[in-house]
Amino acid sequence: MRKSWKQLDRLGVALASIVLGLVVGIIFILVAGKSPILGYHALWNASFGSLRGFTELLINTTPLIFTGLSVAFAFRTGLFNIGAEGQYIVGQLGAAWAGYFFTGLPMIIHVPLALGFGILAGALWGALPGYLKAKAGAHEVINTIMMNHIALYATHYLVNGPLKGHAFLPVTKEILDSAKLFRFIPGTRANIGIFIALAAAVFVYWFLWKTTKGYELRAVGFNPLAAEYGGVNVSRNIVYSMMIAGALAGLGGAVQVLSIQYKFYDVTAFIGYGFDGIAVALIGNNHPLGVVLGAFLFGFLARGAMPMQSIAQIPKEVISIVSASIIIFISAEALVRRVIPRFSKKGGVKDANL
Amino acid sequence: MVPVVQMKGIVKEFPGVRANDHVDLEVMPGEIHALLGENGAGKSTLMNILYGLYQPDAGQIFVKGEEVKMTDPNVAINKGIGMVHQHFMLIPPFTVAENIVLGTEPRKGLFLDMNQAIKQVEEISERYGLKIDPHAKVEDISVGMQQRVEIIKALFRGADILILDEPTAVLTPHEIEELEKIIRSLVQEGKSVILITHKLKEVMSMSDRVTVIRRGKVVANLETRETSEEELARTMVGRPVLLEVAKKEQEPGEVVLEIKDLHAKDARGLPALKGINLEVRSGEILGLAGVDGNGQTELIETLTGLRQPTQGTILLKGQDITKLSPRKKSLAGIGHIPEDRQKRGLILDFSIAENLVLQSYFRKPFASGVRLKWKEIQAYADRLIQEFDIRTPSQEVLAGHLSGGNQQKVIVAREIDRDPELLIAAQPTRGLDVGAIEFVHNKLVEERDNGKAVLLISLELDEILSLSDRIAVIYEGKIVAVLDAKEATEEKLGLLMSGAAAGEEVEADYA
Repeated sequence: MRKSWKQLDRLGVALASIVLGLVVGIIFILVAGKSPILGYHALWNASFGSLRGFTELLINTTPLIFTGLSVAFAFRTGLFNIGAEGQYIVGQLGAAWAGYFFTGLPMIIHVPLALGFGILAGALWGALPGYLKAKAGAHEVINTIMMNHIALYATHYLVNGPLKGHAFLPVTKEILDSAKLFRFIPGTRANIGIFIALAAAVFVYWFLWKTTKGYELRAVGFNPLAAEYGGVNVSRNIVYSMMIAGALAGLGGAVQVLSIQYKFYDVTAFIGYGFDGIAVALIGNNHPLGVVLGAFLFGFLARGAMPMQSIAQIPKEVISIVSASIIIFISAEALVRRVIPRFSKKGGVKDANL
Repeated sequence: MVPVVQMKGIVKEFPGVRANDHVDLEVMPGEIHALLGENGAGKSTLMNILYGLYQPDAGQIFVKGEEVKMTDPNVAINKGIGMVHQHFMLIPPFTVAENIVLGTEPRKGLFLDMNQAIKQVEEISERYGLKIDPHAKVEDISVGMQQRVEIIKALFRGADILILDEPTAVLTPHEIEELEKIIRSLVQEGKSVILITHKLKEVMSMSDRVTVIRRGKVVANLETRETSEEELARTMVGRPVLLEVAKKEQEPGEVVLEIKDLHAKDARGLPALKGINLEVRSGEILGLAGVDGNGQTELIETLTGLRQPTQGTILLKGQDITKLSPRKKSLAGIGHIPEDRQKRGLILDFSIAENLVLQSYFRKPFASGVRLKWKEIQAYADRLIQEFDIRTPSQEVLAGHLSGGNQQKVIVAREIDRDPELLIAAQPTRGLDVGAIEFVHNKLVEERDNGKAVLLISLELDEILSLSDRIAVIYEGKIVAVLDAKEATEEKLGLLMSGAAAGEEVEADYA
């Protein structure tokens, strides 16, 4: 609800962690004997130096918003969704198949239909571990990880077998024009996917905090025994929650196919959007707005890695070090608070035992 | 004689609150000194200062006449101060002996000398009559035994002054008696004991002297034998408190709850209820007395739908509700104050407002369709906070940040305001101070006077005796007797609770 200043406090920690992460980056760049100024200039320019750069930043950010929301949503209801990766992959395939299989549809129907297939695939992928948790008590962390592998190899089989749409490449057929997401700036790949992602963030906020179902899900997340006492069906809500988390990641995969890839490419190894989603959710304090900001940060860093290498001759791995450091700093919140005295003062107030 | 502990002018401020305001405390050698005050009065703060967990803003501490700066607990331990916290700090899978020596393990070269440890534990146990098995695992022993482990732990580290923080809160009546004996044997051996409590009875029966704290200030320092429960209650709360519940005569009405031959299993799958028969009428409080673990929890859970019965029927106003879900039972007219308010009754990370609609968030006026109506919920919360005197700056405060008494008021407010036909109140005053107990008791009696049926389950015989119109005794999953409260005495109930066969006349009463 409105613990706005507390959220603000968290934002302060996140910003401080980003600064500290960039400082760590500087140290490594200096160790490598390169110029941090040149490097960070290249990093900045990659996203904000040109219109095309900015539109590519949006494209990098979009899938991370979806997977971040997926993880954050599950977390708010007391569940760990490590399966966003797999849900994202099956979402891609579902959307790709619906994108070329249904013909003769107008765009206004075909696009939602293809997105719907992505959502459905992701939802199923999430619901299964949810069901196993609710009925058998099987831990969702293990099962979502396993579902990632099943997604990887099942789609591998499908795209090399029944759904193979090319003479020798392991890809599906290209989706029809009627299923493609609208690109609104000619000459760039900027598309309405980012708005779908932002709408999903608004939806998650509305759902969790403004609806009765969201109330139930959060109650189950915080204290299942009290939720049960309040008349909430706990096991059913665990399934719902994982289903919705899966749907969000699946929608992310669908948007990626309908806006950028136009077909399903065989994923020989995990792409990492799902795992980055965990980091994004962490940075964003599992709040939809925080997730959007976190996704932008990760999109921005990923976008700049290559230019840093080509322009400033800084190994692109430095960017991985920076993002990893940011995550560590945010996790070690107490440490960051101590480094920045202003925060530590505020932190002490809340602990008072009244 | 030099006091073993002397605290002078202790001041401790937390933002917005002066928890200790120039507090003086003197404990003599071999004395049992009670520190009495309501929840939040500043007792624990003071003791945490003595134990070095908090630093005072002002004031001095003397131990055996010598001034000491208690910078951390190690200083306190070195000075012979030991503390047993309300929540035990034990490692469940370790044995008793392992827990006790943890941190100060006797060694033989590089290795832990476990035999030596066990011998030392046995010595201490014998000396103070603690009767504890050093080989038992902590997770397998009762709460009372775990508390003894904590006491031995402190003695093992050479404590002469033992601080016991609300030691009886988690104990059964029998365990409390045992604890009292242990404390007596400790002072006989020359130790001093500081007893933090808000229970008047314990102060009267256990202590030699009592210091009363109200809102951070010492308001009285009394010899226990020269005072009375009434005086202590008045000093502690700051106004006269009715220890006896005022209750007018009333004829009970129709049967609201009827339980017939109810059977249920416990969490381990063993039979816990073995044919319960019971009636609760409108306008009466039926007290259910019994030693903990005789099926009370299973009965409450079966009545409220949290557990499925294996056999039998439950009728609410003649309607069969045996198999209904918790939601449907609550809608049918059952209110439930759960025995563990933090585990069942509240979502500690939810605000007060969110907790107040835990049973009704999906109904008008709090929801329309799928949407929650926050304005209504907040207005409702503000009203209940006012009506039930929940002490909080606002309805947005998380339930977890409230004191125990105020948490209980949130639950009582929620359950009573739904106006249930049957109110099940399980341990409704556990861990509460005198003021809050008075409040909850009055509310229960109010419900009764309004013609509702109240089923009161409590381990405190006093509570059962003072509130109930009729008293049922549960033993090993069966109701062994139902008595008129006027005929019940502590002795009679105690006998029945321990499983002694019920007398003929008592049986006759039941029919």
